[in-house]
Amino acid sequence: MFDTLTNRLQGAFQRLRGKGRLTEDDVKEAMREVRRALLEADVNHVVAKEFTERVREKAVGQEVLQSLTAAQQVVKIVHDELIDLMGGSQEKIARASKPPTVVMMVGLQGAGKTTAAAKLARYLTMQEHRRPLLVAADIYRPAAIDQLKVLGEQVKVPVFSIESGAKPQEIVQGALAEARRGGYDYVLVDTAGRLHIDEDLMKELDDLVEIASPDEILLVIDAMTGQDAINVAQNFHDRLHLTGLVLTKLDGDTRGGAALTVRHVTGCPVKFVGTGEKTDALEPFYPDRLASRILGMGDVLTLIEKAQATFDEKEAKDLEAKIRRNEFTLEDFLNQLRQMRNMGPLDQLLGMIPGMNKLKQQMEGRSIDESQIGKVEAIILSMTREERQKPELVMKSSSRRVRVAKGSGTQVKDVNQLLQRFEEMRKMMKMFSGPGAKRKMRGLGDLTSAMQGGSGTAQPRTHRHKKKR
Amino acid sequence: MGFFQRLKSGLAKTRQAFTDRIRDVLGRRKIDDDVYEDLEDILLGADLGVSTTEELLNALVKEAKRRKLETADQLIPVLRDLILEIFKENNIEVPAAPRGLQVLLVVGVNGVGKTTTIGKLAHHYLSTGKKVLLAAGDTFRAAAIEQLAVWGERAGVDVIRQNQGADAAAVIFDGIQAAKARSADLLICDTAGRLQNKAHLMEELQKIHRIIKREVPDGNHEVLLVLDATTGQNAIVQAKVFNEVAELTGIVLTKLDGTAKGGVVIAIQQELKIPIQWVGVGEGMDDLQPFSAQEFVEALFEKV
Repeated sequence: MFDTLTNRLQGAFQRLRGKGRLTEDDVKEAMREVRRALLEADVNHVVAKEFTERVREKAVGQEVLQSLTAAQQVVKIVHDELIDLMGGSQEKIARASKPPTVVMMVGLQGAGKTTAAAKLARYLTMQEHRRPLLVAADIYRPAAIDQLKVLGEQVKVPVFSIESGAKPQEIVQGALAEARRGGYDYVLVDTAGRLHIDEDLMKELDDLVEIASPDEILLVIDAMTGQDAINVAQNFHDRLHLTGLVLTKLDGDTRGGAALTVRHVTGCPVKFVGTGEKTDALEPFYPDRLASRILGMGDVLTLIEKAQATFDEKEAKDLEAKIRRNEFTLEDFLNQLRQMRNMGPLDQLLGMIPGMNKLKQQMEGRSIDESQIGKVEAIILSMTREERQKPELVMKSSSRRVRVAKGSGTQVKDVNQLLQRFEEMRKMMKMFSGPGAKRKMRGLGDLTSAMQGGSGTAQPRTHRHKKKR
Repeated sequence: MGFFQRLKSGLAKTRQAFTDRIRDVLGRRKIDDDVYEDLEDILLGADLGVSTTEELLNALVKEAKRRKLETADQLIPVLRDLILEIFKENNIEVPAAPRGLQVLLVVGVNGVGKTTTIGKLAHHYLSTGKKVLLAAGDTFRAAAIEQLAVWGERAGVDVIRQNQGADAAAVIFDGIQAAKARSADLLICDTAGRLQNKAHLMEELQKIHRIIKREVPDGNHEVLLVLDATTGQNAIVQAKVFNEVAELTGIVLTKLDGTAKGGVVIAIQQELKIPIQWVGVGEGMDDLQPFSAQEFVEALFEKV
């Protein structure tokens, strides 16, 4: 359903071939596509407008570089600008000169504050070797205090709570005293979820800020948030002067455009992202990755990391070396397929590889059949050890191909197709690895189209969006 | 009495007439590109998404030409009808439930308000005279079982539960057996929040659904997807994937008491035709209302 921005821009720039410079009109057309991509990623429409305006100014009059197509060049400008807007580098969590450092987590209901608080506690303990104290100040949601207690136990961080009838104000006061007494250097306050327009509850946050004068007020925001992110961020920021953001549920398949909105409105850096339900699933924020994700350009780094989490490290290193030496065999391929199956649905993985989005689209509707993997497995297992190491053997010999097809209960054409795909994959992997991978990646667009041509699939007609008014 | 009988509509906010309010936004300007752009902003800002917004506006332009409309305020009723047309098939008046135990499975991604919704549903059905039982199928999240137990207590219904970490499908199976043994009318099953791209969690859900289908005759089980109105375009993917896995029979749109409009359900309605049955408008036991397309569409155009 999501067209990649590059594909769309290529459509918009078709008539531009051979031009040396981007004119105002060319760019205008392109910006419509950029805006559309941003909107599809849930960037607020006002923010999207302002953003495209900024990019337009930058893009007009630029020379079309020889190495890049105009489309790619615009994407690059957009990408760079996105990274710029989301704050070039990572920012660490505050540390008060005089401990304890007080961190307050605020946000809407269901954003993931309690989970994020526990994750942050774990992070501070494990990575920064600090002694945090968790504070259960959500007295409204049933069992919210229990939840924090259970999580506190899991991450081995004490949880401060007052059982019955205490107000959040009293709880926070008590927690501060306890922190000083117990020599804790971080106090992490989990507040109740609240609507930004709930005057009473927002007033309560004012009180908490006054009592605790926090060094860090983190707005916890769900990565799937839509257009309303602008109101949420604006209200919380106006009221509390946020210092940072935590973006949660980024392990979903949302494009996460809300991050751009919130960043744009508050100017606060995203300090952490939540990438899973387990307490160790808290990661630093990489603007470049999110920029790619928002633009639907895939997320190779995330893919690599996901793979790393699944593969054991030594195995991964061996594999990498093999790819570099172009010794990647069908056996490795099979192993990988099996492991990939553990990583999640295939079509989602495909979406993370740049250029593969197009492929993914073609498969839309007949989504990647996981049973295909079973077929591939059968074919590879029907080969001899030697054949798996040297697929050329099978490729060159029709009697081997017939045998393998029979052995695996498939057709010869299936065997051929697998071998062909494998070769293509091997080529592509070679490009990704080794020095200059990033530079080579730019050539990927061509490669994927070559691949598609090769495997006989028709190119989808790029539907060109035109304003009909 | 229908399974999804409407709540008494005493809760509904009184609203200004639709056309009056919109006039403030657009005025009696002559129709031009700016007018359409303002409308586009309203629709996009309400999370209708680019494609749906475009379709609606294209249809609106056509209609405006056909009817030779001249001023902006004349556009609004046409636009409203175009959207209402999409909801035409959104029929929440499900035919009277067959006899025997009804099982209601509640699913959704993390943090959308499943447990709270279940508390409200339990309260509602109890008030219609049904014997209700809850099953604590979220065995994953810390204290989720306790949270449901609190809601059960508030509503005054029993909760079938096991310990955290137990097999969710087993808990729900137990729930069904208990509900049958106690001849309950309705069993509402909570499930853990799961992102729709997590294959193993969706498999777990499939298993739960399979068990319900096996234990309860067709027509006696429903699957409700809870969607957070704050969610953007990802809600479409959520609805699609959950529908593939567990054949959704209805949608609950929560957190409509904020400033989010939840317009993404229009695209969902267009594509999947799953009726939106309830809207959540607060944290109280009574803050659940039957979905009204009319009110929903009017609220889309309300200024934040």
